[in-house]
Amino acid sequence: MEMRAIFAAELDQMMEKDERVVVIDADLSKANGTLFLRGKYPERAFDVGVAEQNMASIAAGLASYGFVPFITSFCPFATRRICDQLAVSIAYARQNVKIVGSDPGISAELNGGTHMGMEDIAIMRSIPSMVVFEPVDGIQLKKAMPQILKHEGPVYLRLFRKKRPQIFNEDYEFDLFKADVLKEGRDVSIIASGIMVEEALKAHAELKSQGIEAEVINVHTLKPLDSEVILKSVQKTGCAVTAENHNIIGGLRSAVAETISEYFPVPLKSVGVQDVFGEVGRLEELKDIFGLTAETIAVQARKAIAAKNS
Amino acid sequence: MIKDKSFFAEKSREIRRLTVECIGDLGVGHLGGCLSVIDVLTVLYYSVMNVDPKNPCREGRDRLVLSKGHAGPALYSILADKGFFPKEELFTLNRAGTNLPSHCDMLRTPGVDMTTGALGQGFSCAVGIAIGSKIKKDNATVYAVIGDGESQEGQIWEAAMYAAHRRLDNLIACTDYNKLQIDGPTEEINTLGDLGAKWASFDWFVQRVDGHDHLAILTAIERAKTNSDGRPSMIILDTVKGKGVSFIEEAGANNHNMPITSEQVQIALKELS
Repeated sequence: MEMRAIFAAELDQMMEKDERVVVIDADLSKANGTLFLRGKYPERAFDVGVAEQNMASIAAGLASYGFVPFITSFCPFATRRICDQLAVSIAYARQNVKIVGSDPGISAELNGGTHMGMEDIAIMRSIPSMVVFEPVDGIQLKKAMPQILKHEGPVYLRLFRKKRPQIFNEDYEFDLFKADVLKEGRDVSIIASGIMVEEALKAHAELKSQGIEAEVINVHTLKPLDSEVILKSVQKTGCAVTAENHNIIGGLRSAVAETISEYFPVPLKSVGVQDVFGEVGRLEELKDIFGLTAETIAVQARKAIAAKNS
Repeated sequence: MIKDKSFFAEKSREIRRLTVECIGDLGVGHLGGCLSVIDVLTVLYYSVMNVDPKNPCREGRDRLVLSKGHAGPALYSILADKGFFPKEELFTLNRAGTNLPSHCDMLRTPGVDMTTGALGQGFSCAVGIAIGSKIKKDNATVYAVIGDGESQEGQIWEAAMYAAHRRLDNLIACTDYNKLQIDGPTEEINTLGDLGAKWASFDWFVQRVDGHDHLAILTAIERAKTNSDGRPSMIILDTVKGKGVSFIEEAGANNHNMPITSEQVQIALKELS
């Protein structure tokens, strides 16, 4: 099932049970899978047209009236474009609005550079009180939605729209604020988010064949960062690699570096978009162009281990 | 509903005195824009709006979004006078730890319905509140006051378009049309052109009145409630920035955020007595 279908089905269930839930789109309901909600909940699911600023502040007004709005767009338009509305109308005024940005980073594929949020995590992480969450698969998304609704305050959901390989089983349970240790290892910590978790697991297998035991951590919630799990891991392994579908400035690498440099400095290498804009291409092509691959992770892991041992 | 001309005249003078006193006590503030909206706020809070100082968060109440959030001190003077909080608190204005910051903050000030200050946003929030009231069917009326300089923000027109599309007849907005912004006359900086025609073309019910004539404002609000034909309403208020205090009016565009000495406060209070 596509991630957007899981997302919209969860919204449907929430809207049926909870009259506070409102869904607002800005002309991307077909892309985000939310269009059908308007037929079922005509008052609480609506489209403001191509006007993202208005969408964010209208949501704030509705939140002040006791509603819990979910606003949706593509990543860059749900964050970069409306940063001030998110900061002031929503976060500063402590309005309980959930912001959903789809097609993160290179997953915008053929829409290209204008539609690629490479800095959305950096923007959202720097807004006080904002929770930043990127699910790794459909199971995690499904299990996260009730927690996102339950959390009092703004949450940014960075949503891959299409199918993702399944990482977790149906019986997976998780806490929105605790990172997942997917593989245990003693030589290097691979700390990944979003689509890079799949690559990290492949890198784990490659490294294992070379006798390297990598620990793999899925940081689904980039803020607040689960520093406990990360510090515990690097205290054991003594070095780390971050892997993210985002600019290496301001995202996962920055969050991890901020934590370990303050509390337990170890050699850190990174995989991510190297402070450049996006471009058109298919996901697999773009992974190669931007170096967002298992191979790059494995190379960086070996470099981190060498730095530790030097 | 109060319709007494002399009551409004005296009450708005009293609110002007309080506003000048509390800004004067600090020595600097948004005097021009505060003084230009006091008449419409007086009509709203003493005659029109269904609010309760004892229960400022009561569901179903009418709401005001002061989208030109820098006029906060004018609103605070009214809220204090009505008993939302003690009048002495007005003299904490803009001091560290205060509940009365220069721009409206709904988390801090009892009676403030929306946090504003980043221009253009409050008006969209008011549209959201009006939609919320329609969903809950609580018959509340949502009032919004926007600035003329603020009307240069694109977000104002995004909100205007959508409010008309949704036929939000429970939304009554006012433009404080004092024709001045920080850098000079709006006409010279970025003209608003025929403002009434702009709002009318967005399918709003538009009226234009003297923004210092209380009864004219009251009549316009009543007409907005009865004659808007399902549309949101815009009342353009022709106002004078700094209204009521000669030396502040004469400062023109420089009265947006101006210093004021204790001697000047006394001159202003004398003129407003």
